[in-house]
Amino acid sequence: MDFSLTDDQVMIRDAAQDFLADKSGSEAVRAAMASEAGFDAAVWQAIGAELGWCAVAVPEELGGMGLGPVELMLIQEQAGYHLLCSPFFSTVCLGTTLLKSLGSDEAQGEFLPKVAEGSSRFASSIACGVEAKAESRSGQWLLNGVVSQVCDAGEDSLLLLFAETDDGAGLFAVPGNAEGVSIVSQTGWDASRRFATVELNDAVAAMRCDDATRLASGGRKANALSRLYVAAEQLGAAQRCLDMTVAYISERKQFGRTIASFQAIKHRCAQMMVQVEGLRSAVYGAAALAADESDVQALSMECAMAKALASDVLFHCAGEAIQLHGGVGFTEEYDPGLYFKRARASKGWLGTPEELRAEIAGVLL
Amino acid sequence: MNLLESAEDKAFREEVASWMAEHLVGEYEVLKHRGGPGDEEAYPELRKQWERELAGGGWTCVGWPKEYGGRGLSIEHQVIFHEEYARVGGPGRMGHIGEGLIGPALIAFGNEAQKAEFLPGIVKGETYWCQGYSEPSAGSDLANIQTKCWMDEDGDWRVSGQKVWTSLAMDSDWIFVIARCEPGSKGNKGLAFLLMPLDQPGVTIKPIHQLTGGAEFNEVFFDAAVARAEHIVGEPGEGWKVAMGLLAAERGVSTLGQQMHFAHELDLVIKAAKANGTASDPLIRDRIARAWSGLRVLRYNALRMLSGGADVSLGREALIYKYAWSNWHRDLGELAMDVLGPQGDVPAEDFDILRLQQVFFFSRADTIYAGTNEIQLNIMAERGLGMPKEPRGV
Repeated sequence: MDFSLTDDQVMIRDAAQDFLADKSGSEAVRAAMASEAGFDAAVWQAIGAELGWCAVAVPEELGGMGLGPVELMLIQEQAGYHLLCSPFFSTVCLGTTLLKSLGSDEAQGEFLPKVAEGSSRFASSIACGVEAKAESRSGQWLLNGVVSQVCDAGEDSLLLLFAETDDGAGLFAVPGNAEGVSIVSQTGWDASRRFATVELNDAVAAMRCDDATRLASGGRKANALSRLYVAAEQLGAAQRCLDMTVAYISERKQFGRTIASFQAIKHRCAQMMVQVEGLRSAVYGAAALAADESDVQALSMECAMAKALASDVLFHCAGEAIQLHGGVGFTEEYDPGLYFKRARASKGWLGTPEELRAEIAGVLL
Repeated sequence: MNLLESAEDKAFREEVASWMAEHLVGEYEVLKHRGGPGDEEAYPELRKQWERELAGGGWTCVGWPKEYGGRGLSIEHQVIFHEEYARVGGPGRMGHIGEGLIGPALIAFGNEAQKAEFLPGIVKGETYWCQGYSEPSAGSDLANIQTKCWMDEDGDWRVSGQKVWTSLAMDSDWIFVIARCEPGSKGNKGLAFLLMPLDQPGVTIKPIHQLTGGAEFNEVFFDAAVARAEHIVGEPGEGWKVAMGLLAAERGVSTLGQQMHFAHELDLVIKAAKANGTASDPLIRDRIARAWSGLRVLRYNALRMLSGGADVSLGREALIYKYAWSNWHRDLGELAMDVLGPQGDVPAEDFDILRLQQVFFFSRADTIYAGTNEIQLNIMAERGLGMPKEPRGV
């Protein structure tokens, strides 16, 4: 049993840290948020084609690196720290996870190599539940309905959507520019990640992607892993809230001393540290468990735990960051507000803390 | 990063588990889950006998080097031992201060004669120790020691003063004491580290009655009590170094064992909630899920502490640990009493219920001893986050 990172894992994390410090600073994030697509295409190009992050979790035989949840978790932690605006989350953490967990060999073979080389991106929903219907007509699957909270949906993305069929739910790939697909993207209070409502009117699926034998447990597994990746991002964001706060209060002087020297402030920062480090232990532990291919029930419990905790910790730390920055924390100019908005929005992604704890209690009781 | 155990580790785990299954039976059955914090007064004589049972199997002082009578286990195997010991409800260890504190201190700082005199009694479960650090004016400010010592005409040390919060003094044979040997010295300078038998005319032990109704702690008064010349550890004036080295000695190997006890307590809460129907209350369900989650955090945090290694935030996980577990435990106690309702308000006969009552009351001490919440937060802010140090009085 060893909880420390391997040299390769440290390298992946450090490379992500360096790249994002350079490409996803406060100004870059604000520019991406103000852009129409919601992300910087050049940065996304670099992530997919040069850094190979999209290949991390793709199996080697499909052109990927064949690495696992620990490596992805480490990248996500950095992405959250720097509030990266990018379809990386929807493509890798949601879409690739879905296809790997429950996709047929054919679907994986068709779509994952393109993701690995950085030439294709996925969009899928973070809402729980199946909102569309699919029917088979003359050898084609036609989808109808309205799917909410589709992450990073764009005309150039491949939508991976669950839809109800006559014999249960299935996973379908629909090109974002297909006929009968209407994408209404809205910029939320948290502009760092875009969600769309997708209307489907007899939209023709490129492929039905699920493998019937993998659907049930694969669906749970994908859900658990995606929660873990959100939690990792929230961990990074919470760490950033703490770091920016300590940096600010160590400079800011009142009453002739830095406000960092006041015990009331020290204790609040220390309490943030307790929460952030505890969360890091939880996220790393859940990732290590995921890497060990443990049973899906245990994995679901751990990832629900990590995501619920991460949502609470990030919200707390983002709120503290505003409070401890004082007046400037309330301005548009300073960054705490960006993290506060991400904290509020991400709380609900793939389950609120209350819903997740209800799941856990259901198993315990 | 790998949570899987090696075949060797699994085999060792099995060895401990089967020894416990064979020996924690018969007259010892009654000791299961007894004698932990908040319950230290339970069956002291039988628990000492159990220590000798453990010693017979070579299961005392498992982390000590073999040359001093230990088992020489690796950190991993020590963790496994403590975990398996606790999993089956192994009783609170009467010998833990000897084994975990003074023994390692003597191995590190003692001379050969001291090792030969004291270590075998600890290993065999024959000599019991308590710790004389805290004083009425030396709580959080531990270095503010007022107890004084001086050398008498025979070359022995004499000690006068008062220690407080001394666990298990009533059941112990010896005490180790830090006392001021240089008159006028201040703080951590000028202290001596002395070993003293408790059964002597100059020593008086008075129990401290706790809000729990029990009395696990004591005041220990010294009136020109004797520590023999050869029973000073290190040089006069170096007492602080020995005392601090001793606090560092434990290295967290028993934390996962402690968590096994916590898991058992959480199981008792769940059992009580199912029994009285509060398990269907959404608010109670939410809190039980929180408690379960918190325990997972403690476990992974402890694994991080024990691994160390390449993690960039090395050290921070160790800094948060005491604050994290003690506050988790206090919350568990509050949850337990809310689950029990009126049943919690009357001291229970059933130990499964009484234990939860003990957790509720005794956990108020968890956030005070071994560094209060407030001291822990100071330490985290200063050492973990690099914030300015607290000003000190002159």
